[in-house]
Amino acid sequence: MFVWFHKLASPPFFYRFAEKLAPWLGWLSLLVILAGLYGGLWLSPPDYQQGDGFRIIYVHVPSAWISMFAYMLMATAAAIGLIWRIKLAHAVSAAAAPLGASFTFLALVTGSLWGKPMWGTYWVWDARLTSELILLFLYLGYIALNHAFEDRRTGDRASAILAIVGAVNVPIIHFSVNWWNTLHQGPTVFFGPKAEMPPSMYIPLFIMMFGFMLFFAAFMLKRLQVEVLQRERNTVWVRELVEQS
Amino acid sequence: MKSWHEFITMGGYAVYVWSSYGIALVIMLANAILPGRQQRRLLKEILHRMNRGERSE
Repeated sequence: MFVWFHKLASPPFFYRFAEKLAPWLGWLSLLVILAGLYGGLWLSPPDYQQGDGFRIIYVHVPSAWISMFAYMLMATAAAIGLIWRIKLAHAVSAAAAPLGASFTFLALVTGSLWGKPMWGTYWVWDARLTSELILLFLYLGYIALNHAFEDRRTGDRASAILAIVGAVNVPIIHFSVNWWNTLHQGPTVFFGPKAEMPPSMYIPLFIMMFGFMLFFAAFMLKRLQVEVLQRERNTVWVRELVEQS
Repeated sequence: MKSWHEFITMGGYAVYVWSSYGIALVIMLANAILPGRQQRRLLKEILHRMNRGERSE
């Protein structure tokens, strides 16, 4: 098992592994998301307060969850890259950033489109919304800094520090609804006597979250392949790979 | 949902619900298509440089 993980950190082995795995994950994510959409948009009952407007949840919550997950992955990989100087680690951070940024944007936009009919406004500067907006800026800052230097390694190190410092924002997003009085609702209770959602509502939500995770995994691998190719373009294995194709 | 009509109108929330899902579709499609394209372009570029006998920078 450890030998296998060690091999996975070698760029040529990883590249071929991702080439095989990514399409499977991609198609599987499509199936799971379609199942989740059928459950969420058709089977689940309308909310007693929000009617059919609540159905934005099935895209909003999974995007917000991926936005934070991707950031933690990016910051963790950045720390590993700084400490142990593993080649693949900085590539992981660089690959996670654009995906994370796009899901953060999606979480903000869908939240805004949900806020308008329910709160009467597209935007309010409350703690949850503001900290999620800061997350978007952290991603954009990371991407800009990563590309700001001639030398890729300098860019990797500078942006890694930004990613690590910015990680403090993730728990702030998560706990913002508990720490401050926000317009954004608090965490939803799914199970037990105080459950706020029937299974017909939360099962599609969990399916969608799983589908988004699979989607993220599939295209994270794909982006990581591109990063690895760019960084290893002068190596023998890339030359061999190109010759074979 | 009891009917297609209900599904499409989303109980009066159609604008908000369907634009949310529309934007999600666009963003996810872009994320699904772009990396593969970039990969093919990069492979081609590396091949070109190799054929010209150059080291790529």
